[in-house]
Amino acid sequence: MMNIRLLKDSIFSKVFFTLTILSISTVVLLGLGLYYKSIPILDSSSLSKLLFSSEWKPFKEAFGFYPFIMGTLWVTVISIVIALPLSLLTAIYLSEYAHFRVRKLVLPLIELLSGIPPVLFGVWGVLVIVPLIQDYIAPHFVEFTTGYSVLAGGVVLAIMIFPLIISILIEVFDNVPQELRDASLSVGATQWQTVKKVLLRKSVAGIIAATVLAISRAFGETIAVLMVCGNLAQIPHSLFDSGYPLPALIANNYGEMMSIPMYDSALMFAALLLFVIIFLFNAISRIILFRIEKSTT
Amino acid sequence: MILQPHISIQNLNVHIGENHILKNINLDIPDKKVTSLIGPSGCGKTTLLKTMNRLLDNQTDVRVGGKVLVDGENIYDPKAEVTHIRKKMGLLSQRPFPLPMNIYDNVAYGQRIHGNYSKAALDVIVEKNLRDVNLWDEVKDRLKSPATRLSIGQQQRLCLARGLAIEPEIILGDEPTSALDPISTQAIEELFLQLKDKYTIVLVTHILRQARRVSDYIGFVYMGEIIEFGPTEEVLLNPKEKLTKDYVKGFMS
Repeated sequence: MMNIRLLKDSIFSKVFFTLTILSISTVVLLGLGLYYKSIPILDSSSLSKLLFSSEWKPFKEAFGFYPFIMGTLWVTVISIVIALPLSLLTAIYLSEYAHFRVRKLVLPLIELLSGIPPVLFGVWGVLVIVPLIQDYIAPHFVEFTTGYSVLAGGVVLAIMIFPLIISILIEVFDNVPQELRDASLSVGATQWQTVKKVLLRKSVAGIIAATVLAISRAFGETIAVLMVCGNLAQIPHSLFDSGYPLPALIANNYGEMMSIPMYDSALMFAALLLFVIIFLFNAISRIILFRIEKSTT
Repeated sequence: MILQPHISIQNLNVHIGENHILKNINLDIPDKKVTSLIGPSGCGKTTLLKTMNRLLDNQTDVRVGGKVLVDGENIYDPKAEVTHIRKKMGLLSQRPFPLPMNIYDNVAYGQRIHGNYSKAALDVIVEKNLRDVNLWDEVKDRLKSPATRLSIGQQQRLCLARGLAIEPEIILGDEPTSALDPISTQAIEELFLQLKDKYTIVLVTHILRQARRVSDYIGFVYMGEIIEFGPTEEVLLNPKEKLTKDYVKGFMS
């Protein structure tokens, strides 16, 4: 009987191992596949030209991705700048100050927000944010804009990653033991002093992790951004300029204009670029997190 | 019987959710003495301790009725200022919880919270309080290293130093030795004996021998009520109530 138990154990361990390898290998295969498809364009022009040229003329086979990279960066940075402080304060309020009934009411709503399909955020952006920027905000700063801008993309994206950051942060704050807050409160610290000096300090790693996840999500978000960003292949110079993030480029054009040689390969290169950016970004943040954990424990 | 109660609890009732945790508690904690609260797990002794510095406020769905007078001031008065009340008391919890900062900053924390930023003054306070808890010699060369690197017994003494650094009148201990090894436990107990001339100490413990070693008075808590309160020897060796008798029986034999 003993043998059958042990046999089952070893079979299951092997099955689980295989499944794990399988799921990891999808990532590797994805990367390899994208690279393979990008080979034609990598052969036809140099990497630095692809990355730093802003000439985008598919008919002349000039593929400079710089405007798209900048578009992605603008939108992502704007969204994080808006979303991070707001969600940090919201999460602090909900976990430290709010009455438990308020918390019980608000948390499900925030979760619901994260379940809304991105396209709805896009529509909302077109109907509300774009006109708001065009008619009320931009006129104070620039002479003319359509409202379809990196700012609109950033705002819509910020609202989309808002619930993600809040739920992670609340999780992070919940993991800080109550006794630690008590230790601070018991010497006569106020709530706010306790938040600043104990809670936030203890949660640095978690806050960074939440930000990283949010940024990764923002990098890749496609449809909502595509609907409000303007999609002009230009380098944005202000908040009110149109931009064209990488995911939007792929989604808008893949499957079309395939008559142009190299276009297919160019889009695959765009995908590879996204893949590499997110990969590097995650790797770097992991190193930072590791350093932080090492220095605080 | 007790001339000068430092903390006077009157008709205290605590509900957490649907549960009636503390039932009509009346208790006078004598000044500059060690008072132990004993009783079985879940009897409410920790909750009773937490009502004394209003740490219960942060728990979900708590209702407190009655009065707790500290130096004659009702700390549950709606106008009472909580941080000022808590500053009078140092807290020692079941496990040490050093703040996420270095050893020096842990001890200086309370002083800084209350606006003392003078480096020279803080240096003196940190050294004095670390000496008071017999930790100075062990950590004086690594004051800037994270407090979490200390052993658990050292951490508990550090937490005591952190509490003492705000110059409290009262020390509240919530089973402060339950996570410690025998040597650290002894160190903490000896500290209490040294400190009791200067501070009023309230100790929650389930170790009857510890209660006998360190305390002057004992309160026996059972099912949310104070069953018996009196001088240590009297409660342990000659209890008046049957419930107390049953509880301390193990200790007697």
